Amino acid sequence: MTALKRKFVKGNEAVAMAAIEAGVQCYFGYPITPQSDIPEYLSRELPKAGGTFIQVESEIGAINMVLGASACGVRAMTSSSGPGISLKQEGISYMAGSELPGVIVDIMRSGPGLGGIDASQAEYHQATKGGGHGGYRIIVLAPNSAQEMYDLTMLAFDLSDQYRMPAMVLADSVLGQMKESIVPNPRPTVNLPAKDWAVRGTGGGQQNVVKSLYLGDGEMEKFHWKMHARYQELADKESRWEEYQTADAELIVTAFGCTSRIARTAVEMARAEGIKVGLMRPITLFPFPKKAYADLSNRCKKWLTIELSTGQMVDDVRLAVARDAEVEFYGRPPGAGSLPTPEELFTQIKKFC
Amino acid sequence: MRYDVFCAGYGGQGVLLAGNLLSYAAIREGKNVSFFPAYGVEKRGGAAMCTVVFADGDTGSPVVGEPSVSVILNQLSFDKYAPKVKQGGSCLVNSSLVELAGVTLEGRELLAIPMNQIAIELGDVRMVNMVACGAYAAATGALSLESLQEALKDALPERNHKLIPAKIKAIEAGAAAVFSARKA
Repeated sequence: MTALKRKFVKGNEAVAMAAIEAGVQCYFGYPITPQSDIPEYLSRELPKAGGTFIQVESEIGAINMVLGASACGVRAMTSSSGPGISLKQEGISYMAGSELPGVIVDIMRSGPGLGGIDASQAEYHQATKGGGHGGYRIIVLAPNSAQEMYDLTMLAFDLSDQYRMPAMVLADSVLGQMKESIVPNPRPTVNLPAKDWAVRGTGGGQQNVVKSLYLGDGEMEKFHWKMHARYQELADKESRWEEYQTADAELIVTAFGCTSRIARTAVEMARAEGIKVGLMRPITLFPFPKKAYADLSNRCKKWLTIELSTGQMVDDVRLAVARDAEVEFYGRPPGAGSLPTPEELFTQIKKFC
Repeated sequence: MRYDVFCAGYGGQGVLLAGNLLSYAAIREGKNVSFFPAYGVEKRGGAAMCTVVFADGDTGSPVVGEPSVSVILNQLSFDKYAPKVKQGGSCLVNSSLVELAGVTLEGRELLAIPMNQIAIELGDVRMVNMVACGAYAAATGALSLESLQEALKDALPERNHKLIPAKIKAIEAGAAAVFSARKA
């Protein structure tokens, strides 16, 4: 890791760089703050890399073009925020129903409605519980640095192809706008299954059908159980998380995204005063690393969940931890001036331990 | 070691470029860096601010509640942010635009540096941000003046590299002003 190889970039730019390195062939999107650096970068750089960039007339158009490209076996992505992600939910549901891969980047802004452009984590439920209709799930990855914006975007493409389901990179405006030095790692070699289900129109071969309509007796139910099993396989094989100072912790703080960065400094402040506190950060929000929470909570019984919302991930934490674990919550709903400081989180830690 | 600095002024004073320059200088010194700007609705004349954290290890929180050092370029930012500087920390203030008569910051060093005036004397008020960067490096010792000067090549687009010699002078003048301010 030489200093020469490092690049000082915004989180949004790191996402775009990673998409190109991952071999994305098509980007379809529509501008919205705080993610517009992604289409801006790709409009300039993707054509040079041999890909196609289209600024579509709307977010709905963009996600349906991702669906179409993906059905043809092409690596495709879109990105948006807040209201734009809401518009995409129908298309994401169709992709999930059609078992189509594709990457959606959500740089969360505050809401509901038009909301504002400040950092938010209030799209946790929308992202992880199946934001559209029909009872599906998608892979949700939560970076907390520019480096992870890069690494997890690449991972999103591979997991999405491997499990044939959409994958979302769920970040916030702090991560999107913040600049950090990153190492633009080369794309790892992964053995991915051939896309022999794609509709390529080559003629003469087997007929492939990509659809989400199942009318036959028992067909739809069978599809649901198949996907249910796939989600379980994901949980078993792909759950990712990071622990910091948890070994002797008497209180474990848990947070994702930018909040986990603020919380980490708060944990360091507490440790400097001899308070035994640790940090548990989920990296995959779906699959939620339930087993890791269960294991940790067998030993540490006091938990504090921190989010930029009135509480969403805390539901999953409460379901995952041991029954006798106590889960407190501290939230700052998104909006101008609501970003918590490490000092503020340190005060909360002292209150609960 | 972990350093944090908060820079604030009005849009057009080059606060974000100053933050970028400090970041690139820290990268040149082998540090990990996070640069967190206020963004989006800011424009010339509006508020502009950024936080830079650099460290040998993890940078941790990009958000800082009580900065160790604040670099304040205008009155509005001074009124709002100077009281937040950590006890034992420093506040570097552009005294050309901030009224400091009778003002003290209890438990913190208040360094009054006429940044606009210095920049104007060097020929261009727009170099106020360079004066500020030089003052930061000299006041804290967190970054060397050499790294700052080298980092100009990273922080500025190629078309502005011709301005580097003038900017180096502004950085040096900012540093020199800290020494005279501390002597006074």
